[in-house]
Parts: sequence; structure tokens; C-alpha cells
Amino acid sequence: MKLTLKIWRQKNQSSKGAFESYQVEADEHMSFLEMLDVLNEQLISEKKSPVAFEHDCREGICGTCNLVIDGRPHGPSQGTTTCQLHMRSFKDGDTIHIEPFRARSFPIIKDLVVDRTAFDRIIQSGGYVSVNTGQAQDGNAIPIEGNTAAKAFDSATCIGCGACVAACPNGSAMLFTSAKVQHLGLLPQGKVEHKSRVQKMVAQMDKEGFGFCSNVGACEAECPKEISIDNIAAMNRGFVGSMFSTEE
Amino acid sequence: MSLKNNVPEGPLADKWTKYKSTMNLVAPNNKRRIEIIVVGTGLAGASAAATLGELGYQVKCFTFHDSPRRAHSIAAQGGINAAKNYQNDGDSAYRLFYDTIKGGDYRSREANVHRLAEVSTEIIDQCVAQGVPFAREYGGLLANRSFGGVQVSRTFYARGQTGQQLLIGAYQALSRQIARGSVTMYNRHEMLDLVKVDGKARGIICRNLLTGEIERFAAHCVVLATGGYGNVFYLSTNAMASNVTAAWKSVKKGALMANPCYTQIHPTCIPVSGEYQSKLTLMSESLRNDGRVWVPNKVSDAEAIQRGEKNALDIPEEDRDYYLERRYPAFGNLVPRDVASRAAKVACDEGKGVSKTGLAVFLDFASAIERYGKAEALMAGISNPSKEKITELGRAVIKKKYGNLFQMYEKITGENPYKLPMKIYPAVHYTMGGIWVDYNLQTNVPGLFALGESNFSDHGANRLGASALMQGLADGYFVIPYTIGQFLSKEIRTPAIDPNGPEFIQAEKEVKEKINQLMGIQGNQSVESFHRKLGKIMWEYCGMARNAEGLKKGRQMIRDLRKEFYSDVFIPGTNDEYNPELEKAMRVADFLELGEVMMVDALNREESCGGHFREEHQSEEGEAKRNDADYTYVAAWEWNEENPILHKEDLVFENVELKTRSYK
Ligand SMILES: Cc1cc2nc3c(=O)[nH]c(=O)nc-3n(C[C@H](O)[C@H](O)[C@H](O)COP(=O)(O)OP(=O)(O)OC[C@H]3O[C@@H](n4cnc5c(N)ncnc54)[C@H](O)[C@@H]3O)c2cc1C
Ligand code: SF4
Ligand code: FES
Repeated sequence: MKLTLKIWRQKNQSSKGAFESYQVEADEHMSFLEMLDVLNEQLISEKKSPVAFEHDCREGICGTCNLVIDGRPHGPSQGTTTCQLHMRSFKDGDTIHIEPFRARSFPIIKDLVVDRTAFDRIIQSGGYVSVNTGQAQDGNAIPIEGNTAAKAFDSATCIGCGACVAACPNGSAMLFTSAKVQHLGLLPQGKVEHKSRVQKMVAQMDKEGFGFCSNVGACEAECPKEISIDNIAAMNRGFVGSMFSTEE
Repeated sequence: MSLKNNVPEGPLADKWTKYKSTMNLVAPNNKRRIEIIVVGTGLAGASAAATLGELGYQVKCFTFHDSPRRAHSIAAQGGINAAKNYQNDGDSAYRLFYDTIKGGDYRSREANVHRLAEVSTEIIDQCVAQGVPFAREYGGLLANRSFGGVQVSRTFYARGQTGQQLLIGAYQALSRQIARGSVTMYNRHEMLDLVKVDGKARGIICRNLLTGEIERFAAHCVVLATGGYGNVFYLSTNAMASNVTAAWKSVKKGALMANPCYTQIHPTCIPVSGEYQSKLTLMSESLRNDGRVWVPNKVSDAEAIQRGEKNALDIPEEDRDYYLERRYPAFGNLVPRDVASRAAKVACDEGKGVSKTGLAVFLDFASAIERYGKAEALMAGISNPSKEKITELGRAVIKKKYGNLFQMYEKITGENPYKLPMKIYPAVHYTMGGIWVDYNLQTNVPGLFALGESNFSDHGANRLGASALMQGLADGYFVIPYTIGQFLSKEIRTPAIDPNGPEFIQAEKEVKEKINQLMGIQGNQSVESFHRKLGKIMWEYCGMARNAEGLKKGRQMIRDLRKEFYSDVFIPGTNDEYNPELEKAMRVADFLELGEVMMVDALNREESCGGHFREEHQSEEGEAKRNDADYTYVAAWEWNEENPILHKEDLVFENVELKTRSYK
């Protein structure tokens, strides 16, 4: 299949970027990123600068890949990361627009590569259980009810890709942050620190310049792990609760 | 050089406990002044850095990824072993120890493996306390499942994403220490050299991947947790960026590469679909519980399938060869990984492969669907169910058991595995070989330690499923925090190491020269094309089956390719910017040397054991023949451009008897 690609090229953070057009010959069995590999091989053979994009596991779990394809973070397929997208989702003769995740808190490094370290700092602000190695009791000491465990698990499947931020018109990180808050807060091991965790993580989120949440719901629609927007509502309840608490 | 493994005296089961309680300690006030470099943030590195930070050391932690959470450990699917005996099925530390030694085909060190089995239980406790959401039973207690090569149920899991959940647990522990200031995190920093001062490991040289700047970092010691080197084969189930550079640079500074030829080739992966293929995807081992492996009996049928003129359903039952069931009636489709992989290769070598490329076999669920369907119909009280009804009911059972895997398969191949059998083929998955370490996980370079997949220590010639995650976390949480004290307790009077010392300046200069050399070649072939060529040589001559002639030929081909690389590689861009092609070029340069040592090691080992199969050493039925009299040793290689130099550590078995594995 013959494709026209319109790709965002930007030399570095301070330079101005623009779309550039490329023609590429692809095979329907290729993954989307393999199609970009082919383009890059072509550019390198012409001694031109290849398109910078990030990826690692190429099986939908590391959260590294992050392209906006025809206006949608991770492309057209539901519940799919960019690396899991295959060319059979496109037709011969298609024109495809490829852009980086855009958000104030994700500065562009080069072409399609952005800096998502703000997410790491949100976790550092409180996204953990304060337990040192060797302090744990037996793993079966506290049974956890199946439904609760399953809900915590659903929140824990977040891969930290940032599509929720890129999809949000406000550039909010609420889905990411609330997924972590709920994952830990639902489990007995994480409950103890729940209130202070919510406060610290929300404060850090604001400090990083992520926008507010106005319940648009685009985050949930684009999340490759289908993390539910219910996490946000639950965290909001926890946050309000924590404001009236006398504990730290 | 004599290799001292420093295994403590005493009975096997008491060694670790006794050693721990008599070890040298570092007092808290001294810990605050001691600096440790940890390279890598996978399960091994993140758990080590977090724990060392908790203990009060000053830790500097490095990853080439954009975040510590992206390490390759994230991709592990199946589970993690621990001898908890929660199922009351007779498990114990000894049994886990024994299974691991046997599974490794008697090529690992007894004392290390026993320690691993002992601390396995603490890992589960620690992870639960961190909030890792393991699978649970109805009563709320932890669930287990079984994995290949063992008879107990000791594998803990978190849906199909155990690695992710464990890594996030370790990443969060690490994040907490970063926030406390005990760990300083350096993302997007790639270690490009080790610095030794007076023979001790005292620092590293890194390239800042955002700016291209070369930076020097000093510490009292260096811990490597940089993962495996499966990507020397180009195509593997490893993440794209996994590489050997940190380990290899350390080897060039005097560390030893142990058993590099021990590679695990996993039998059930999605086959290569074309030249453009960039990586391979694993299909969990659990599928072999219900899938039957077969190829057509007649080459003519296979060829028709390859040309797309026939499909699996066109081949009548009597024209199919269920070769695992035929060759290994006792274990059938559930033979260990190495055996299943070799058998698939034999079938495809005979021209019976079932994909366009001829390199695939069927994994067929039709019998299971029918079996489950009939049972369901019976339970639902349907008498005389139609064929369609049986199929429908059977597919529902399969969907419940393997739904996510079937979906993943369909996403990648575009074929519906409920209707047509899956096509699978073996792929490189894990490397048992790695940097040589003693009982303290210290290399032969004082002050240099290696953990996780980057060392060679626990899996011998073949790793059992769900044991790599266990080893990474054992090393990081429960072993290195103790054993590092054996070295550091003698360093409490050593002042902070100066990163401006002559050894650092010299190492930095060498790294810069190397980069300039590569950038200056300005040839005509891409880095990727060299990597691909190297992978093909490795796969052809050092893959599932090896022989002396091929290994010699392969070695020469690598030497030639290396020469070509240094005269014709083309790297676009400059070295003082974000430049993924340059990163790749330096990794491939190291693979081009490692690959040669793998060939040399495989040639040296005149026996077949675990993942290493030498065609000259097999029985008449094609089974592996070990040579315990001459090869019960670890082969640890010192790099030398002309001829790598062999050092041996003899393996002494005091507790288990060496036996031949049989699955017939
Ligand atoms: C698809 C797949 C499924 C698997 N499933 C299972 C399973 O179910 N159970 C099981 O037990 N095992 C499984 N394994 C094996 C297991 O995942 C790995 O062996 C293990 O996770 C390795 O962990 P590690 O910490 O040693 O290294 P890694 O997780 O590979 O981490 C390496 C780290 O080192 C860093 N690094 C490397 N080089 C440098 C450098 N030069 N400079 C700076 N940083 C560097 C990287 O950035 C990374 O942070 C699986 C493997 C694969 C490929
Ligand atoms: S919530 Fe979803 S979209 Fe947001 S970071 Fe997590 S996985 Fe990505
Ligand atoms: S590359 Fe890992 S999720 Fe896409």
C-alpha cells in the first residue's frame, strides 16, 4: 500500500516545528511503528535526518510510544497503544497525519518525542506505600475481597503513557493521577496514607502546570488501557474529604 | 586468574542465614558518606536502588529510558515463583532449589540457587505490602498457578502483566527514595564506560541522551542491573532498546562474561512476517496446556499452505504429524522450552513449515474446543448437541482461559485463532549467560556488582518460567543490601571519589574518541542493517542448534561484519543532540564483539546442555547429551580482540546428584 505521511518535524524544543510530507510503501501486516522504521531507513539511505519517535516494548505495556495519529492519541483503534496498531487499519492511498502528544507539561524534545518526567514527579510526591524492604508481614495476613482487588487492579493497569493528557483540551493529568490514587487507596496496604497522598499528588499536579478537569471525558475515550473516568470522581471525593480532615 | 566464588562454609540450608549474621556491617553515620552507583531501573536495579537508599547510602541511579518505569521488566507476562507452599502441595525452599538446578541442566551454582529459593517467600510479602495487586482466590487469599518443568503450584501472578505490576511496585519504592533525597535519579543517561581507580570500580561515564554531553560520575562502588543481551540476535522478545553495552564495557575493563552461549529460545512466539519485522511477540507458555502442535505429514501440503493455496482445515487428520506427542509420549505438548523449540526447527528444516516463510508450526485448539464443548453440553443437560453447539460452547471456555492472548494474537496477525490454528515459531527470549559474579554478586573487579539478568548466576543452561522476576527482586531487595557491605565496610575511610581524577578524564576522552570515530565513518549502510545482518548470523550459527563448522564460520562472518561496520556505517545527525541512531550504533558495536565471544563459548562447550545444543552431541533419537566429566564448569571469558581468554569456575554438586533429563 502507498501512503502519504504528514509528519510533525521540530529540531528541538526552542525551534519552530512544521508538518512535512513523505511517501512510503507499506505492507498491511506491518505495525504502524514498523511502517515508520521503513520510512526512516529510506531517509537514512538518502542521508536525510530520520524522524525521531519513541518506543520500546512494542507490545503495548511500557507506555513509551506516544503518537497522535490523525488527531487521536494512539490512533483510531480503541484500547490500543500506537505500537499495537497495524497497517491493516489503513487503506492504500491514505494520507496520515502524525504529531507528538501536545500539552504544556510535556515539552517537545525533538520531532515526535516529548518529555513526560512530570508524571514521575507526581508519583514521587506520594504515589507509593511507605514501607521499607524487610518490614512486610506475611502476604496472606490480610485477605482482600475479590471485587476490591479487581477494582484496584483495573486502576493499576495505567502504563503512564500520557494519552489522557494529550486528549484533554485542558491538558489535565487527572486520569493518570486518580488511577494511582485509587489503585493504592482501595487496598488495605495503601489506605493508611490515602488522605495525605491525595493532597500531595494533586498539589504536585498543579505545580507541574497540568490543567483542571472539566469532565470532558476525552481521556477515558483515548486511554489505551481503558482506565475509567470513575477514578477521577472517586479521587475528587477523597480530595474533598481530605480537606476537612485534621490529620496531616 | 583464579575465580573465587566466596561461597560460605557450612550445610547448604544454613549458609545464607549464618553468613548474614556474621557479615561486616557499615554503621549508619558511615553509610551517609558512602556513595553507590546503580545502573538500571528494572526489577533488579529499582529494588536495589530503593533498598540501598532506605538503608542510608547515597545512591545515584541511571537509566537510558525516559523514566525508570519503562525498563524491559515491565513486559513480563506470566508470573513469579516463590516457595510459599500456600497450596499445601508439598513445596519448600529445597524443592524450588532442586527444580531450578535440574531445570538449569546442572550448570548453576548450588549455594546461589538455594539462597534464591530461601528469599523467594519474602519477595511476595514485600510486594503485597507495596500494593502489588496479585491475583486472589474467592476467599481473598493469594492465588497460584503452575508453570512448566515443575509439579507444584508456586507461581504468583497479576493477570497477564506480572512484570508491570512488580516493576511499578519497585518504581514506587524508588520514587519514594528520590523524594527523600537518598537516591538521585538520572533518566536518559546511558553508561558508556566503567572507571576503575587502583583496580576498584569507582565510577562511570555516561552520555546525556538529550544533549549528547559526556558526563563523569564517581562513587565508592558500582552496581550493574542492566538486563540481558538477547537483542544480539536482532529479533527477540526483548524490548527494542535492551542491549549489552554496560555489561560489555565492564568486560572490556576486566570483568568476565560467563557462559555467554546459554540463550533461551522460547517455543511459542508469533512468527516473523516479513523482512521489515522489528521484534517478536511472546505467546504465553500456558497455551501449550490446551494447544496441540503439528505440521503436515507431506511436504507438498506444507508447500501449498506456504503459497496460500491451502489452509490448516484442508489437511485431513491422517495427514497431520503431531510431532511432540509422537516423539515425547510422556510429556507430549508440555515438554520444556528447549526441547519444544528444537523439535519445531526440525519440522521446518524438513520443509514442513506452515507460513509464507516456511518458518512456523501450528498450535491447534480444535481438540480442546471439542473436548470442552462436549463437557459443557453434558453439564448443561443438552442431549445430542449439534457440532455447531459443541464448537460454540467450547470456544467460550477457551475464551475464558486465554481470551487476552487470543485477542493479542489477532491484533498482530489479523487471523482469528478460534477458527484457524495459531501459527507459532521459537524466538530468542532470555539470556542465562552474563557477567561472572561470586556469592556476594561481586564481579572479579572489586567494587563492581551485577544483578538480575545481567549476571550469570542462577539459571545454569536453561531458565524455568517465572524465575527471572524472582531472581531480579531477590538480588535487589534481599541479597545486595547485605553483601555490598562486605566490600563497603572496608571503604569507610575512603573519602568521596573525585570525578575529576586522571582515570575519569582518561575514560571520558576514550568515550569521546569512540563517538567521534563512529560519527566520522560517514559510510553508506544504516546501523539497523548491520544489526539485522548480525542477528541473522547469530540465529543461523549460534541459534537453536550449533555445530563446530558453523560456529567457526559464524565467528569469521562476525569478524568480517565488524570490519565492514567500522568502514561503512552511516550515522545521521551530530553527537551533541538527541540522536537515537548514534545510541543504536554504539550498542550494535558492542553486540558485534559479544557475538563473537558467544560463538567461541559455544564452540568450546563440547556437549549439549539446556539451551545449548551441539549437533555433534546428541543421542540417536536426537536428544541432548551432556558431558559432566569435562564440562561441569562455568566458562568465564576475558575479552581479547584476537582470542578471548577462558577462565573456569568448577561447579561442585554436594547436595544433588547429576542426572539425565528425560521427557519420553
Ligand atoms: C516478553 C517477556 C516476558 C517475560 N515474562 C517473564 C515471566 O513471566 N516471568 C519471569 O520470571 N520472567 C519473565 N521474563 C524475563 C524477565 O522479564 C527479565 O529477565 C527481567 O525482567 C530482567 O530484569 P532486569 O532488572 O535484570 O533488567 P531490565 O528490566 O532489562 O532492566 C534493565 C535496566 O537497565 C537500564 N540500562 C541498561 N543498559 C544501560 C546503560 N548502558 N546505561 C544506563 N542504563 C542502562 C535500562 O534502562 C533498564 O532500566 C520475560 C521476558 C520477556 C522478554
Ligand atoms: S490513564 Fe490511560 S492514557 Fe493516562 S497515562 Fe494511564 S494508561 Fe495512559
Ligand atoms: S512501545 Fe511499549 S507501549 Fe508502545
